Amino acid sequence: MELWLEARCAVRKKIAFFILLGWLLLFIGDRIDELRVYQGAQIAMYTIALASIVLLTGYSGQISLGNGAMMAVGGYAAALTLNKLESPVWFAFLMAVFFSALFGALLGTAAARLSGPYLAGTTLALAVGLPEIANQFAFLGGVPGILFDVGFPPARFGEEFTQYKWFFWIATFLALLSLFITSNILQSRFGRTWSAIRSNPLAAELSGIHSSRMKILAFTISSALAGLAGAVLAMTISLVAPGAYTLTLSFALVTGAVLAGVSSLPGVLLGALILVAIPEIADVLANSWGGGENFSNYLPGLIVSLLLILSVIFTPNGPGENLRRHHHKKASEH
Amino acid sequence: MQKLLETLLIGVSTGSIYALMSLALVLVWRSTRVVNFAQAGQAMLSTYIGFEIASRTEIFWLGLAGAITAGALLGAGVDFFFMRVLFKRAVSGPAAVVAPVIATLGLLGLIRSIVGLIWGGEFKSIEAPASKDGFTIGQTTIPFSALNLLIIATVSLILITLAIIFQRTNLGLSLRASAYAPEIAQLAGIKTAQTRTIGWAIAGGVGGVAGMLVTSYNFLSPYSLDLLLVFGFIAAVIGGLESMVGSVIGALTLGIGLTFILNYIGTSLVFIGGFAVLIVVLLLKPDGIMARGKVRRA
Amino acid sequence: MSGLQVSALCVSHGAIAALRAVSFSVEVGQLAAVIGSNGAGKTTLLRALSGLNKATSGSAQWSECEMLGARPDALVRRGISHVSEGKSVIPELSVKENLVLGGIWRNNKNDTNAAIAEVVELFPILGQRMSHSADTLSGGERQMLAIGRALVSRPKLLLLDEPSLGLAPLVIEQIFSTIDQLRRKLGLTVVLVEQNAMSALEIADIGIIINLGEVVASGKASELLDDPALRAAYLGY
Repeated sequence: MELWLEARCAVRKKIAFFILLGWLLLFIGDRIDELRVYQGAQIAMYTIALASIVLLTGYSGQISLGNGAMMAVGGYAAALTLNKLESPVWFAFLMAVFFSALFGALLGTAAARLSGPYLAGTTLALAVGLPEIANQFAFLGGVPGILFDVGFPPARFGEEFTQYKWFFWIATFLALLSLFITSNILQSRFGRTWSAIRSNPLAAELSGIHSSRMKILAFTISSALAGLAGAVLAMTISLVAPGAYTLTLSFALVTGAVLAGVSSLPGVLLGALILVAIPEIADVLANSWGGGENFSNYLPGLIVSLLLILSVIFTPNGPGENLRRHHHKKASEH
Repeated sequence: MQKLLETLLIGVSTGSIYALMSLALVLVWRSTRVVNFAQAGQAMLSTYIGFEIASRTEIFWLGLAGAITAGALLGAGVDFFFMRVLFKRAVSGPAAVVAPVIATLGLLGLIRSIVGLIWGGEFKSIEAPASKDGFTIGQTTIPFSALNLLIIATVSLILITLAIIFQRTNLGLSLRASAYAPEIAQLAGIKTAQTRTIGWAIAGGVGGVAGMLVTSYNFLSPYSLDLLLVFGFIAAVIGGLESMVGSVIGALTLGIGLTFILNYIGTSLVFIGGFAVLIVVLLLKPDGIMARGKVRRA
Repeated sequence: MSGLQVSALCVSHGAIAALRAVSFSVEVGQLAAVIGSNGAGKTTLLRALSGLNKATSGSAQWSECEMLGARPDALVRRGISHVSEGKSVIPELSVKENLVLGGIWRNNKNDTNAAIAEVVELFPILGQRMSHSADTLSGGERQMLAIGRALVSRPKLLLLDEPSLGLAPLVIEQIFSTIDQLRRKLGLTVVLVEQNAMSALEIADIGIIINLGEVVASGKASELLDDPALRAAYLGY
């Protein structure tokens, strides 16, 4: 009885935390300029996408190089729902989640027996192959893609409320919602079961855990998250096109997750920040060093790759691990 | 009937290049238990060096030799400076699943960026050593060209050389032993670390050939070998990463399968075709075609 | 003093001490049987001696040269061969290839072929199966192949880890008698790690009993066999 009460209390605290965070973000959003607001929306988008990696790889231990493709499924589902069915925006997002979850379940079923490089290869093939389908079929808009227009912000927000701010509000809301739900899932027995499967698959099976089912579930939820992120991405660029969901995107997601700690949900904020900040930092550097076009094209990639390599060598489980080890050392010295 | 034959021939030609890439990936996987995505980067850099040599001397084969040498040096270098450092810091915890893969991905991105910074992104081309025109038999011209034939011949030559090295020389025996059972090999007096580096060098050289051959009928850019990597990887997985023969079979299967899809169904679904072939194979045999009962796992 | 001198050898796996201050000496040409139950640290001992595991402290000298800290392949060149526990044969290779493996380091084809011929004389069954894959051999034959491979490197010090593991009693007898014969014939110094204490002590000159990482008894093998207290504690009867 007490445990249950405690759990209820913890959930309430969490809800309060998220609501507070939401207010804070909105407050900040009012104070900063347009570009940052737009980037804020991007950060929110990456947060959702990285959460999908944390769940799939950090917790259930399944490596996927194809979450970009999952994002594409969500983006296209949202755009088609909005345009063909002329549905309200929230329903489009819902469909994004639904269809990518479905897709994820299918993929998970096919991939449940795979692991390590075999799984990596399969998801890699998917990441490269899926955007191609859009090129082929007319109703998917081909190479130029389909418009995804969430419309103007509601009139009651006033004249000052810009389009970008609207994006920011929607993206942030969805990000907070996703983080809340995901954090609950990860802290529940699902999260613990996934960790068990990841760290010792044989022991998990012997303990009666149905590994395949749990793995498929992980794929499903992870894809749902990715699909939502894909729809948010589409919203920010007002477009769904194969060029928005490239292999590079899938790689960037894994990069961001590893940089911030692949099993750390709070870390996704850091990872998202890094992913959005790097191109800008690279631009600034390129301009100040006065390099040519080559420089600005390839410098972001250089920085990201270097960061990735360094982080895998020095902080493979994210900076959180090093901080904890540091604390332990300090504690044991006393 | 003619279309079938054409498809088969082109499929073999395409597949043979994938075979080189998948062979290189399997070589490295067997000796180090790592899928080296950076292989594509190494191949790319080697090919650019080969391109420089070929454009200055106007001899494709010199460029090829340059690519092989560069590839071998790069491969050895990556193993020596990168992989050994990586393994010294053994990774535990959740990242252990992904760390080595991510590291090689990072290396791929790094090499690609460096190549882009040096050479830029415009397409470059290398003068092909043979004609790209299809052979004319009687009244008809088939899409199979002298270049295709040359590619098949080159790849076959390399495969035979590798087979001889692996099966008939002491070096090959050391390589195989170090890959199958590194501890036993050490206890037998073999310097497994050195041997592994040699294995990486061979894989690097092979990758350089693959890159040059692809570029002989395509354009060269920092992204042009991504296809080769993806298909080489798929081919290796289809063949079941454990066996070099398997990787060749997987590559040919993939090449022929994709060409069939290209000719009989329609163009742009090539990638999805690759994905389809992969999924079908893995559903039937999760460890690849050549997998026997006891397969080594990661 | 030549021969094998081990002093205060300590090996830790992380925080756990696997071997604690192990000391013993084996004269040239002697066979030392290292006895103990499972997990006593016997395998760790051999692995530390052959360079597969790192020793935390202590020393081990062969012919007055320090062994610890050297890499396994360096020790092979100094005449030390370790036949490890369980699978010391590479099943994917043929019998012949497994044997050749032992001689690659020497880089002398004639020498290696001569050594292989000697091994085949010792174990004729191997000669009959040269081109067969090693996984077609029976347990006892695999053990012979493993020992044969070690012999191809013409060692002076042979470290054997539980050669009787998984073998039928009749085969075990054969293996032990073969080990005894060949070490006398070739003048080898042998450290034989075994759970099968009786059979090991019967062919040994000296015995070393290890329990929980420490040496609890050592001395002439015959005396250990005769001591009823030790017999009861470690040999089980």
